[in-house]
Amino acid sequence: MEPPSEMVHWLFGMCLLLLGLIMIAEVIVGPEVWRRRAWRIYLWPGIAFGLGVLMWPVMTFFTNSAIHMVAHGAWAQALMVMGGAELGLAKGKLTSRWWKLATPVGLAVSGGAFLVHEQNGWFFARSAFLHHLVGWTLIGASLFTLALVFRPRSVFFKSAFALTVVALSVMLFSDRDLAPVFGHLSPLAGPPHR
Amino acid sequence: MESQLVREHPAEQVYTSTRARIVALLGPLTVVAGIIWAIVQPARLTLLHPYHQGFWWLLIEGPLLVAIAGIAFAVFVARPLVAELEGDDGAA
Repeated sequence: MEPPSEMVHWLFGMCLLLLGLIMIAEVIVGPEVWRRRAWRIYLWPGIAFGLGVLMWPVMTFFTNSAIHMVAHGAWAQALMVMGGAELGLAKGKLTSRWWKLATPVGLAVSGGAFLVHEQNGWFFARSAFLHHLVGWTLIGASLFTLALVFRPRSVFFKSAFALTVVALSVMLFSDRDLAPVFGHLSPLAGPPHR
Repeated sequence: MESQLVREHPAEQVYTSTRARIVALLGPLTVVAGIIWAIVQPARLTLLHPYHQGFWWLLIEGPLLVAIAGIAFAVFVARPLVAELEGDDGAA
């Protein structure tokens, strides 16, 4: 009764697309306008925290192997810490700017989790390719957010992070359980479908 | 220059209304992206050919998820944001 794993990727892709649009809007209007309504400052940290919470059922119901369980579990924790720290900073309960480091660390752990639990090569199948691509993209995004710790008002790094989130959502929507990538599909992967 | 017919908008006001327009466009553009995906890959919309499809394939449709994200953003985030920016314009 579980959905195919590609659909789980699509659902996360939808949430990331919404998150990316929110982040783009924040960059466009600027922090002063964005902060006029208190609820808006909790939007992206709240969605990030929620995605971390949703990773727990993924860990529970899509445990193909021990490495899958460890990767999804570490990822859930990292996303929740990242979202929680950003929520604390938005609320003002956390004041040290070093809490901002939770975001690059959370993204790096997320990227690492993607890379670690994909044990096939890039061109094994489309899902393998996308897991590698998403993993490295998340690690790249962690560098943008690391730069934001030191230059918090940089429009360039904020835009780069927001656009990376949208790109990640496109990658997740491109995921298929069993499909070729650029004409490559390992015979070990099985017959393609849909 | 300013008369009853022609009025120059302050640069800040033009900038604000441009930002409002871009934010207002983000949601509809996302919905259009979902519609284009549905047109390019109609097989992804299993509601169009629902026979012999499983529960999840009927419930979760990729192009619709894209459109839902665009609609949610347009209604819950962009609309109040644009209203505030246009309020700024009106006050300016």
